[in-house]
Amino acid sequence: MNAVLQVEGLHKAFGGVQAVADVSFAVSAGELLALIGPNGAGKSTCFNMLNGQLAPDAGVVRLDGKDIVGLTPRAIWRRGVGRTFQITATFASLSVRENVQMALYSHAGKLRSLLQRFGASFGVEADALLDQVGMLDQADRICGVLAYGDLKRVELAMALANRPRLLLMDEPTAGMAPKERVALMALTARLARAQKIAVLFTEHDMDVVFGQADRIIVLDRGRLIAGGIPEDVRTNPDVRAVYLGGTH
Amino acid sequence: MTFASILIQLLNGLAAASSLFLVSAGLSLIFGVTRIVNFAHGSLYMLGLYAAYSLIELLGRTPLGFWSAVVLASIAVGLVGAAIEVVVLRRIYRAPELFQLLATFAVVLVIKDAALFAWGAEDLVGPRAPGLGEAVQIMGKRIPVYDLLLIAAGPLVLGIMWLLLARTRWGALVRAATQDREMVGALGVDQAKLFTSVFFVGALLAGLGGALQIPREPANLDLDLSVIADAFVVTVVGGLGSLGGAFLAAILIGVAKAFCIGIGTVHVFGFEIIFSKLVMVVEFVIMGVVLVLRPYGLLGKKPALQRAIGDILPPLTSPRWQVAVAWIVLFLLIPLFADRYVVVLMTDIACFALFAASLHFIMGPAGMVSFGHAAYFGLGAYAAALLFKRAGLPMEAALLLAPFCAGLFALVYGWFCVRLSGVYLAMLTLAFAQISWSVVFQWDALTGGSNGLVGIWPSAWLAGKSAYYYMTLALCGAGIALLWRVLFSPFGYALRAGRDSPLRAEAIGIDLRSFQWAAFALVGGLAGLAGAVFAFSKGSISPSAVSIAQSTDGLVMVLLGGVETLTGPVVGAAIFTWLRDEVARRTEFWRAVLGLTILAIVLLFPQGLVGGLKALANRWREARA
Ligand SMILES: Nc1ncnc2c1ncn2[C@@H]1O[C@H](COP(=O)(O)OP(=O)(O)O)[C@@H](O)[C@H]1O
Ligand SMILES: [Mg+2]
Repeated sequence: MNAVLQVEGLHKAFGGVQAVADVSFAVSAGELLALIGPNGAGKSTCFNMLNGQLAPDAGVVRLDGKDIVGLTPRAIWRRGVGRTFQITATFASLSVRENVQMALYSHAGKLRSLLQRFGASFGVEADALLDQVGMLDQADRICGVLAYGDLKRVELAMALANRPRLLLMDEPTAGMAPKERVALMALTARLARAQKIAVLFTEHDMDVVFGQADRIIVLDRGRLIAGGIPEDVRTNPDVRAVYLGGTH
Repeated sequence: MTFASILIQLLNGLAAASSLFLVSAGLSLIFGVTRIVNFAHGSLYMLGLYAAYSLIELLGRTPLGFWSAVVLASIAVGLVGAAIEVVVLRRIYRAPELFQLLATFAVVLVIKDAALFAWGAEDLVGPRAPGLGEAVQIMGKRIPVYDLLLIAAGPLVLGIMWLLLARTRWGALVRAATQDREMVGALGVDQAKLFTSVFFVGALLAGLGGALQIPREPANLDLDLSVIADAFVVTVVGGLGSLGGAFLAAILIGVAKAFCIGIGTVHVFGFEIIFSKLVMVVEFVIMGVVLVLRPYGLLGKKPALQRAIGDILPPLTSPRWQVAVAWIVLFLLIPLFADRYVVVLMTDIACFALFAASLHFIMGPAGMVSFGHAAYFGLGAYAAALLFKRAGLPMEAALLLAPFCAGLFALVYGWFCVRLSGVYLAMLTLAFAQISWSVVFQWDALTGGSNGLVGIWPSAWLAGKSAYYYMTLALCGAGIALLWRVLFSPFGYALRAGRDSPLRAEAIGIDLRSFQWAAFALVGGLAGLAGAVFAFSKGSISPSAVSIAQSTDGLVMVLLGGVETLTGPVVGAAIFTWLRDEVARRTEFWRAVLGLTILAIVLLFPQGLVGGLKALANRWREARA
């Protein structure tokens, strides 16, 4: 199987804190890989290195075989990496549809026009994406007034706008009702499999993780302590120790 | 230069640095806790000087009289600061940050006229410090004892402040609030009392800084803006919220300035470098270099996670074309029934409307507040004047080329500015404006120096006031229309997106900096057009077109009308220009009237005039329905 994303020996320290230490893993097209671990384990830091927001101290990140370390988030996005954030980041003064259109305009390289009217193009495409994530009925609302769970959906639609090869989703369902969570990740899984997108996500809801992920890797204090299919991880004593506050 | 003269310059610089540090420490303290950029801080320094002057007259020129005067003046200024907080700012902590800024501008205007009323327009030269007037000999040079005392005052105050912050409960609260403003509210601390006390201490430091300068510097009415510019520079170079940084920066800048004066004129490889003329620029050069190398200042930290990144602005709506047509028809008819005076006033208003609209574009939708927008207005005006007078171009060509010159400067300045954000960016724009101003002010041979240039009249076909008015209307109207159009274009939306969430913009492939840079050039060019049209309408141009006062006028126009609507800045420009004109004809104290009017508006309509009126109209409509 050809890996879309391949990570080898990733390191990052903040001052004295080793936030991420020697992390290696890979995700293939159409696969959902869950990255789990307690708060402060280094999950977000990992994500930020993958999409170019943070420079790793050491390590290699390959997208479709090419090293992307040192590229800007912009350049990495252009190579087909979509991202949702732990704390949602949308354009609060624009409408839901305009948010998605912004991603589509950017993907098409059409943002540098000074005299056209924004919104004249990509309306249909934006609505199709919003329909996929179940936000079409709120397309005309301003993002600033949306509920948190709905913002997460808008982010997903934006991340899908550039037909990504890889989706990075940092706690995609935080702030949603339990039922909605499973629904959103099931939707993500369906889209990923249909469009052959590799998905890396972090999640605290174990129903979501064990229900949707193809494989799971577990991070504790910056290090990977386990990995494998859900059944193996569920029964792994190290993982149980971390989650049940075991013998560390 | 001999070693002795270097030493003298060093001591001179250190003496000046102490007061600079005191003002900046106060500014930094207030900003840290309340997140208010107190533009009136220079005014408080000025009040300190004036108050010390009067108190010394009252108490007698004895050592006791002098030092009591310094202490009393500082306390008095501290009380003024506390009063400003209680009467004005406390009421608008919930309002958008920019509105708080507007309120402090208004306070600047009021204090300036209060000082004019109380002390007159003449410079007041204070006495030497009694008992300390004599000088000591250091390496054959005479140094006033008072200067040595001032040098000691800086570290002394730094030490006291440090103790206060580190060892008292008040200090702990100040530190907590500086790190996380909401947390203090959550802890159940009486926020109002904390803020008042911080304003008292901050203002007291500014007053002390001023009062201590009385033997060295005459009290005058221009100190408010020049000192605030200096204090901004020191605060930003040192790092917002860092006392130690402010101290370091004050010394760096004080000494650099003293050296520029001390070196005088040197000849290098046949070039004549007049260092003394660099005095006004050197601090801004230092600031530019520091900010590019260390974007958060020498000892500043990257601001901690801010929970509310600015205020969420409502979406923009474009003005209805029927309304626009009605207004245009009215504007076209004005010369037919109004007198010459009104036509000239309308010409001014049109120029300032474009100036304000361009400032609004950059600070509202693009999210980059500029404290130095006059740079582009003024440089456009000077470019037009120079192309016309020195290069001998026809008026029409000069008028049309000038915006490109201003745009070019905006391109250069903007390259640095877009690397920063927030208050740091705002202060860097101020620095560039101040550099432009001092070059214009000092380059006598080219710009005519402080007198400016005269005889910049339009061609014959535009010589009539009405003809010129129509041309102004056409050019400025086209400029405003262009800005509005661009705001609704993909480019304009990308800017708004970047303001809302730089993180998301970057994550969907938007090269935000390059968009912001282009926006700088665009608004710079259009502000330059406004300046060029203005220059030919007046027939003359002076450095005041590039001054801080001109920049703050622009900010007041925008904020008065409100950043939230497109028409707001235009209405703000009209009201401001008209009001200034009306009031200035009736009283010498027009600034105070203007300032008090602004304060009244700020307290009554915290969303700006147009926003406030819209809200009122809505309420009225709802009440009827
Ligand atoms: N910008 C930063 N500066 C300093 N320390 C950081 C920074 N970002 C994260 N950390 C630290 O790195 C560790 C991992 O954090 P993070 O990646 O956010 O964990 P997670 O997402 O798994 O909860 C934590 O100890 C956190 O305090
Ligand atoms: Mg996280």
